[in-house]
Amino acid sequence: MNLWTWLLLSCLLAYAWKLLGYLVPASLLRNPRMSRIAGTMTIGLLASLTVVNAVATGQSLALDARLGALAAAALALWFRAPFLVVVIVGAAAAAGLRLLGWD
Amino acid sequence: MGLDPGKAEPAAVKILQSPAVRIGLSISVATGLYGVSFGALSVTSGLDFWQTMALSLLLFSGGSQFAFIGVVAGGGSGVAAMGAATLLGMRNGIYGMQINALLQPRGWRRFAAAQLTIDESTATSTGQTDPQEQKRGFWTAGIGVFVLWNLFTALGALAGGALGDPKQWGLDGAAVAAFLGLLWPRLKGREPVAIAVVCALATVLAVPFVPPGVPILVAAVVAAGIGWFSHARSDEGLEPDVDPYAEHHEQRHGHTDHTGHADPSGHTGDLPADRDGGTA
Repeated sequence: MNLWTWLLLSCLLAYAWKLLGYLVPASLLRNPRMSRIAGTMTIGLLASLTVVNAVATGQSLALDARLGALAAAALALWFRAPFLVVVIVGAAAAAGLRLLGWD
Repeated sequence: MGLDPGKAEPAAVKILQSPAVRIGLSISVATGLYGVSFGALSVTSGLDFWQTMALSLLLFSGGSQFAFIGVVAGGGSGVAAMGAATLLGMRNGIYGMQINALLQPRGWRRFAAAQLTIDESTATSTGQTDPQEQKRGFWTAGIGVFVLWNLFTALGALAGGALGDPKQWGLDGAAVAAFLGLLWPRLKGREPVAIAVVCALATVLAVPFVPPGVPILVAAVVAAGIGWFSHARSDEGLEPDVDPYAEHHEQRHGHTDHTGHADPSGHTGDLPADRDGGTA
């Protein structure tokens, strides 16, 4: 199957999650385990996506300019920069380090 | 400013004086703007313009959208991209239950509300105490983010397509920063940080052994396991409904009505978010 298929399926499943919330009985909301899993999974996935994008190249690990972007973004977040600024700082750090010859 | 104020004018003024509407609008602007980064990253990840727009229009959850393109950019398969995006979308189901309990939308509104159920709209709504304000907050933030997020996604996609070599512009670094920005506001307290560290480690360990994209799903399993077996503090810190962004609102709400403007970093980081991206 090509990318379009998976993409549209993702859209469908995303809507299914959202709609499910409106259709299930409210008592499920009081199930602490479900809410806890939704919370831990959100944190775990975002942490995983952060490191994959920072150090993975295919199936190997690489320490390159992206690590600089990670550090710079963390610094920006520490100083409470808004999201868009954080993203721009990350890009600037990676681009700058490449200019300096660290790829 | 007519000398003869009809009924429409006080109503319009009243709407704009609503704290929930004001907060919803400022969140819409802040979140919508970073649709630019999604659009640009998406086309440099290998998606075309319409695939990028389909994600913003149909999937409409910032975190999941970034997850999808992040897996594709890393050489992962379509099914792995779908897996990461779908697992990250689970929290929207929890948000849906909360909004359903608060707003109780009926008929077509329920289906529209479902699509607009993201970090931003949920937090704007749950940050209010008055039912009328909860309703206004949800719809203002939901519709506002939807419109601006899509507008700026299109802009970013067009700009990104013209950039040439994405690495030269550090766009891979921008993706790293975007994910950290989505994660950051959720790291309140020791437990979320521990979960993030464990999942990051699991990811790094898995990278050499499984196809690209799969390490993210490994981390999801680890995170779900932690959620399943952990008995501690189920109602603190980890649940999306006590998302720091919403807390901010609630805390500040009574003191000032400029909350929306005062706290751009909290808003934008929480997509996820989507916010998913947030966005939305």
